[in-house]
Amino acid sequence: MEDIRTGVYICHCGLNIAGTVDVEEVANYAGTLPAVVVARHYHYMCSDPGQALIKDDIKNLGVNRVVVASCSPRMHEPTFRRACQDAGLNPYLFEHANIREHCSWVHDDKRLATEKAKDLVRAAVRRVSFHEPLEIKERPLNPNVLVVGGGIAGIQAALDIANGEHRVYLVEKEPAIGGHMAQLDRTFPTLDCSECILTPKMTEVGQHPFITLLAYSEVEEVVGSVGNFKVRVKKKARYVDEEKCTGCGVCEEKCPWKVDSEFEMGLGKRGVVYVPFAQAIPHVATIDKEHCVYFLKGKCRACQKFCDAKAIDFEQKDEIVELEVGSIILTTGYDIFDTRRIQQYGYGKYDNILTGLEFERMTCAAGPTEGKVLLKNGQQPGSVAIIHCVGSRDENYHEYCSRVCCMYALKYAHLIKELTKAEVYQMYIDMRCFGEGFEEFYRRVCDEGVNFIRGKVAKVTDVALTEDEQGRLIVAAEDTLLGRMIRVPVDMVILCPALEPRSDADGIAKLFTINRRADGFFMERHVKLDPVATATEGVFIAGCCEGPKDIPDTVAQASAAAAKALSVISRGRVVIEPTTAQVNEVLCQACGRCEEICDFHAPKIISKDGLRVSSVDAALCKGCGACAVVCPTGAMSVRHSTREQIKGMVEALLEV
Amino acid sequence: MSFEPKIVGFLCNWCSYAGADLAGISRLKCAPNVHIIRMMCSGGISPFFILKALEAGADGVLICGCNLGDCHYREGNYKTIRRMTLLKKVLGQLGIEQERVQLHWVCASCGDEFVDVVNRMTADIKELGPSRLGVKSRDLTR
Repeated sequence: MEDIRTGVYICHCGLNIAGTVDVEEVANYAGTLPAVVVARHYHYMCSDPGQALIKDDIKNLGVNRVVVASCSPRMHEPTFRRACQDAGLNPYLFEHANIREHCSWVHDDKRLATEKAKDLVRAAVRRVSFHEPLEIKERPLNPNVLVVGGGIAGIQAALDIANGEHRVYLVEKEPAIGGHMAQLDRTFPTLDCSECILTPKMTEVGQHPFITLLAYSEVEEVVGSVGNFKVRVKKKARYVDEEKCTGCGVCEEKCPWKVDSEFEMGLGKRGVVYVPFAQAIPHVATIDKEHCVYFLKGKCRACQKFCDAKAIDFEQKDEIVELEVGSIILTTGYDIFDTRRIQQYGYGKYDNILTGLEFERMTCAAGPTEGKVLLKNGQQPGSVAIIHCVGSRDENYHEYCSRVCCMYALKYAHLIKELTKAEVYQMYIDMRCFGEGFEEFYRRVCDEGVNFIRGKVAKVTDVALTEDEQGRLIVAAEDTLLGRMIRVPVDMVILCPALEPRSDADGIAKLFTINRRADGFFMERHVKLDPVATATEGVFIAGCCEGPKDIPDTVAQASAAAAKALSVISRGRVVIEPTTAQVNEVLCQACGRCEEICDFHAPKIISKDGLRVSSVDAALCKGCGACAVVCPTGAMSVRHSTREQIKGMVEALLEV
Repeated sequence: MSFEPKIVGFLCNWCSYAGADLAGISRLKCAPNVHIIRMMCSGGISPFFILKALEAGADGVLICGCNLGDCHYREGNYKTIRRMTLLKKVLGQLGIEQERVQLHWVCASCGDEFVDVVNRMTADIKELGPSRLGVKSRDLTR
């Protein structure tokens, strides 16, 4: 057996580690440990000169095991593995001791922190002595990409990839793509029309030779890993043949039943068979089975009678589509906070209290009021209050800031002034106008004579205390600049509700095995340096499913996610982590417990030379180690997390 | 000198180890008694490792995994929970206080919860005193 010659390198990380841990003492101590031939400490091990120390020792001192004690392996393990590899040492003969996140940063006492660092280094030195060189293999990958969610983020990501001439499957659960952006009237701060900038992109998606659009569909199952995902998508029955339907709209016209339109936020009606909005892509009708009288009572079929294209098909069934893709981009968007939860704001109780999205539909020329700002009685309002932070920046609901409300509230103020000349009151906590052209727009709206009242609104009521308040909505708030309570009687109230995680975000996270943050949005791999990747290789996130953001940020993030997916594709092959399970066939008794416990069907009992043994499919194995735990003979082990390695660490930790 | 327990922590890579990292990144402070070993999944933590730690003199063993339903390997933590329930029964029969082995779910954004778990567990073990197994093995090695 080869001699084990370990090199130990203690990082100061400036004062991040050295400020709390006596790095020199740790290095001196490491030098006394068995098989350690060199122990050094250096300011920044991750720097080029730091890595050069390792490389030189491998070449000049014959170091064949490397331990770096520095930050978290989640940070720099790849860096040091690469340094080993560059110097000709197998990268798996490296071990990382975390003496920053798990030691210097969480402890104050220099003595105790130094002792703990020594323990962690001792454990790493012991463990690395059991490490074995592992071979990294590569396999071909599937260049197709799955994009889940057809809002502006999904549209942008799909187009970026498809323009690179790679196949994209865009899955949208609603009958049409466009998402929330399709519902918006104008976009801040430039006031350009949302539909005018969105619909060309939607059309491009619909016609793109490299995009397969699966609207009214949902992902049901995902298996596999980066480069080779298998995805099962349920294409829900529209009861309309997409190939035949021309989107003429006669069916909706003839449908005798009308229900509230989701697109119009309930301010308008739609047929039970409907095209969600004028520019919908795909431009085909869908039958809302839940409300359709034919499905409920067995007769009607008016739509079918009048459809010239013979597109209506009541017999249509849900269809399962199997896709094979190499990477996945999640752009599932956000939900809007239910303003009914804050009862004191009176939404749903009083007339003329609208949510932001309802007001968007109202000011839209194609909307239910044809762009007129109207009260329930058909009159124009004489005064409007806009309440910020409804469910945001509120520890009872969501602690975070929803980031878009200040700006769209300013946009509303401007539009109200333009359309009605009404008095406008902004009831805000802080004005957060941080983007390009935002502050300038804020100034502009200030100059238009809008009233800004700084303070949290206590309630909206119709209980009048003075004659002036009779028959109006009274917004009671604390004006924190005046330092007193105020009552503002108005005709209309607009609530700016929080953007919150989708109600099915939990299910989506589980489906794609990614994490969620405490606020419920999807968690990025690194909050600053890897903001579109997730814990699962090959799965990327963009847009509001990652957290509230405006359209420019969403588009930028979507393009970033597309670039990440394209970089996976252009590499052309994926690395197979060698840290998978392996079977010692001499010990294996073919009991099948490994096969039973594995959620990924990696181990299988096979017949080999007439003997039954377990065999692991490395392409399926994720290296979790569940099989090794249940193996009664110790035949099963996971490379790079072997029994000897873990046992070695445990024993070394507890020796002193 | 006051009793400073030695606790071995087995943390899953995806949630709990990241949560412990976050505690550090956020510069939260915790007791220095838990020494962390990174595992890929809590479902890959063999009872053998836990017993080994106790035998080698650990005063406590902390096991942390992703919240139920959030496992990177789908259901690894359900395997953990079943295994730990059984192991605790065995520990009781061996005369080892059950509080010495604790299972907690710590998510990747739960830095403050991790600190809380470490501090509470350290306090629990301090109250229990040194593990008898540990004392015995320490005496033998002397």
